[in-house]
Amino acid sequence: MNKWNLVIDVAKCHDCNNCFLACKDEQCENDHLPYAAAQPRHGQRWIDLLPKERGQYPRIDVAYLAYTCMHCDNADCMKAVENGAVYKREDGIVIIDPVKARGQKAIVDACPYGVIWWNEALDLPQKCTFCAHLLDEGWKAPRCVQACPTGALIFLNVEDTEMQRLANSEGLELWHAEFGLEPRVYYRNLYRYNKCFIAGNVALKDVDECANGANVTLRDGSGKVVDLAVTDNYGDFKFDKLEKDGRQYRLQVEYPGYTKQEVGVEMKESLNLGTILL
Amino acid sequence: MSKVEKLTNGTTGGPVFVYVQNGKIIRITPIEFDDRDAPSWTIQARGRKFSPPRKTSLSPYSLAWRSMVYSPTRVLYPLRRVDFDPHGKRNCTHRGESGYERISWDEAAEIVTHEIKRIKREYGPAAMLATPGSHHLWGHVGYRHSAFFRFMNLVGYTSAEHNPDSWEGWHWGGMHQWGFSHRLGIPEQYDLLDDALKHTELIVFWSSDPETTSGIYSAFESTPRRQWLKELGVKMVFIDPFYNHSAGLYADKWFAPRPGTDNAMACAIAYVWISEDLYDKEYIATRTVGFEKWRDYILGMEDGVPKTPEWAEKESNIPAREIKALAREWGTKKTMLAAGGLGGWGGACRAATGGEWARLMICLQAMQGLGKPGVNIWGTTQGAPHNSDFLFPGYAEGGISGDIDNSAAAYRWVYRMKFKPTRSSINSPMGQHIPRLRIPECILDGKYEWRGKGFCGQSIEAQLHQYKYPADGYPEIQMYYRYGGSFIGTMNETNRYVKAYQTERLPFVVNQAIWMEGETRFADIILPACTNFERWDISEFAGCLGYIPDSTCQVNHRVISLQKKCIEPLGESKSDYDIFALLAEKLGFYDVYTEGGLTELDWVRRMFDASDLPKYNTWEEFFEKGYFVVPIPEDYQPTPALRWFAEDRKRDTPDWGPHPESQEEFGKGLQTTSGLLEFESSSLKKFDPYDEERPVIPKYIPSWEGHHTTELYNKFPLHLISPHPRFSFHTMGDAKDSWLNDVRDHRILKEDGYYYWIIRMNSKDAAMRGILDTDLVRVFNERGEVVCAAKVTERLPPGTVHSYESCADYDPLGKPGESADRSGCINILTPARFITKNSSGMAPNSCLVEIEKLEAPLNREFSDEQKLTVSG
Repeated sequence: MNKWNLVIDVAKCHDCNNCFLACKDEQCENDHLPYAAAQPRHGQRWIDLLPKERGQYPRIDVAYLAYTCMHCDNADCMKAVENGAVYKREDGIVIIDPVKARGQKAIVDACPYGVIWWNEALDLPQKCTFCAHLLDEGWKAPRCVQACPTGALIFLNVEDTEMQRLANSEGLELWHAEFGLEPRVYYRNLYRYNKCFIAGNVALKDVDECANGANVTLRDGSGKVVDLAVTDNYGDFKFDKLEKDGRQYRLQVEYPGYTKQEVGVEMKESLNLGTILL
Repeated sequence: MSKVEKLTNGTTGGPVFVYVQNGKIIRITPIEFDDRDAPSWTIQARGRKFSPPRKTSLSPYSLAWRSMVYSPTRVLYPLRRVDFDPHGKRNCTHRGESGYERISWDEAAEIVTHEIKRIKREYGPAAMLATPGSHHLWGHVGYRHSAFFRFMNLVGYTSAEHNPDSWEGWHWGGMHQWGFSHRLGIPEQYDLLDDALKHTELIVFWSSDPETTSGIYSAFESTPRRQWLKELGVKMVFIDPFYNHSAGLYADKWFAPRPGTDNAMACAIAYVWISEDLYDKEYIATRTVGFEKWRDYILGMEDGVPKTPEWAEKESNIPAREIKALAREWGTKKTMLAAGGLGGWGGACRAATGGEWARLMICLQAMQGLGKPGVNIWGTTQGAPHNSDFLFPGYAEGGISGDIDNSAAAYRWVYRMKFKPTRSSINSPMGQHIPRLRIPECILDGKYEWRGKGFCGQSIEAQLHQYKYPADGYPEIQMYYRYGGSFIGTMNETNRYVKAYQTERLPFVVNQAIWMEGETRFADIILPACTNFERWDISEFAGCLGYIPDSTCQVNHRVISLQKKCIEPLGESKSDYDIFALLAEKLGFYDVYTEGGLTELDWVRRMFDASDLPKYNTWEEFFEKGYFVVPIPEDYQPTPALRWFAEDRKRDTPDWGPHPESQEEFGKGLQTTSGLLEFESSSLKKFDPYDEERPVIPKYIPSWEGHHTTELYNKFPLHLISPHPRFSFHTMGDAKDSWLNDVRDHRILKEDGYYYWIIRMNSKDAAMRGILDTDLVRVFNERGEVVCAAKVTERLPPGTVHSYESCADYDPLGKPGESADRSGCINILTPARFITKNSSGMAPNSCLVEIEKLEAPLNREFSDEQKLTVSG
């Protein structure tokens, strides 16, 4: 049968917070029993946005990782619970029963994604429900998705085999796949959050011009070519999707009529090499 | 449980569905269209078809409205300052420090009208000063141009006139190059989406962040359009000292000039075009005048300084070779210049250098053939296919006031309304008015002289007219009627505004307020107003019009919504209209104000009838559904902005102006004396050819507060820019204990439980000062001090810091007006000085500050109880 999945495009999010605010509007001080008790006015983030700046002035990019309950098929919260207070619906949505879960703080601690919140006043663990109360009324998407203006959030109701096919064909990734929890939230362009880049600029010293069309070669420690780039009209180049693993790279810059140059890089974080003068 | 009702309403960030249950709002959402709503437009370009989503978008602050309606800071009862006695000691100097006690509506209205009568009797009606804030609510009946103007025009008042705070440079500068006074110096934008999708290769966003500022009122309607352009391979370059949120999505290249030096960059781009022959000489020869004089300035023949990229590099810190590369790319590709977020506007125009910036932007695009296919000044936010024939007014058309002097009512609306319009001889060029930016000087010094009355759209010359306060024969201000958001967060050098309250020279202050915040705490009597969710109204998505004719070409679908009264007013709060009606009753003009007892819903019905809505649906149908989508004609033909000018044809766009008097042949040419785009301004030449701050040709003039003001720069080495905010609309949305405070990039919650305003600074500047991310810091200069939380970032170059303007609250740590503010009124630090002596606009982005880590804990000299006593 069809189940719900959320696909988040990290490159399309610009932190407008419409998802966060629509969630507040739906859940704060609104009881939706038996799906969820009201979220308090402040303090909880059922959907949250983690900012990521990469690089150094002036070669940077910014991204925001939206994340919420992953509605895992193999959820740790369901294993930590007593009396079946956390359950999975047929449509894939994980619900914390707002009555049965009372007093069970272990549910909060069980989630490695940190998306379950403790409501002190109600003595209750709480989290995103994918707005299941609305879906059951016939809504086609939760509030966060409805309010998203950039198309960064897409809500899909498909069979698991179809979702797997989509994930494979479109290169969707899981956030923290290593947890092994089979989340129902997928990411596009996750590299903007968890990978690094090397950026730089090439200029011709004698004429003080940007080097347009310079060839830049990125090699690893063994001398193997990892990637190639050509500078644009501003002399800019960028190698992206590199692991933040401390590896050593050599970068070679070539431009016809000028002596080629080499730069060594250690990949600890995204790096703006600045201007390389030929 | 009772049934959930799905009603409609409107906000500054989009029309909404409002779900109500048991007399409470439970949900506010965008409007998703159904099959009965008019179809969406389709643009075909470069082998693709583009059509917008079948729903409205919403701004973040609109999604937070429920938390603002049910805010713990709502003023629920009329309040009197505890130590204010209208018949005895007024203790005016205690304003901002005293508490309040609850009084009845009758007592409050009695005190206010007693004071109005006394002041009229002793001084005359012009002794009452009144002014609204901008954009705090939505709806044509309740809007400031409407219910507020109607009341004030009848009672008589001196208006504190709004400056064009989002487009200063276009108003005081740009207008002198190309006219467009009926748009306050901003160009028409018709059908430029169609034009860009078909022809444009490059967009230069210069001081433009449409993803943050939403054009104006149009939420994220234009976001899909920028995505389409990106998908088509249109390159996007951003010039902004801050790596803004549009850059974050779209930038292929980012330049961050030192604030105030954009104009040096602009001159250098022109230098490259002239020296490398990269401009449209035929256009310059036939569609412009005065180019040669300006060219000589650029080449250095006038002042001996060629405006080379190398020269500009020293000013702007942008490498000369990159300026050259940008100029060559711009000069060889069909380029749209998004100079500001609305096609015009932009933080760079709100600076000492703002007038010259707007002028230079116009000159640059003139060199590239402005108006030819794919080449224009276009903010990317307007210019969607648009049915301009369908008449529904904008708020600036005056609503129920019919004020033909201070709104656009005379253009078409007043004749449709079949009512008794109002106007005031005082609020007119021959009466008495003052600039909002000089309220403190007028109150404290009792005199002031300046040029221009508010938005000077009547003609190019209107802004040159000289005024003085008090006007001849008019009284000094004795009373201040304040309405709407706080100026402490939105004007400049705003400790002045605090001091203007704490004086015996101002015997009486009323504030008609929804929330206890900001300036509200300085009133003698507070009248509790409700939000537009608690009363009837009617409006259109992004429908301001007036000086932004056809502003609704920002949105993908024209949506007119009935703003239903969703809930009863909270506490004893009342709608603005009802408050004014109550005061009018005590002043004897209730019947005139309400036209014989009309309710807000009666006025809504009258506006419906006066518009084109009845041509498409009955009142009953509209009332039931709650909104109407205006259809686009099936045979719609785009008429791109200024194409007619480039091709020397009669204007074929639906623009409202210019006035026939200013044109040789009506409908042909621009509003300038020559009818052409003027590099050398004929209006400035006639006014004052020797004005060095605003010369007849646009120039790079270093800022009067910046890196060339050496003594000040040595003391305060950080340039502060304070753009319009992202998560509030002016003060609407901020503070009020709203959910927006929890947005990570709006305020930062610290261990002490306080939500601090954010100042952003480069990692090197932070490291030099021992400041870590989220540390509390003192931001200060000789004008004051604000406590903020630091955000350490690479989105700014070293030497430039960024903090949004428009904090809603004001929370001094000691004596109001003389101590540090903890709530984040960054405008305490910005200069009061006008852009130029003859350009009476604000220049907040010409501001130098220093920042230090806050070492000592914050101690308040005043307890919360002393500051805010709202007894219930």
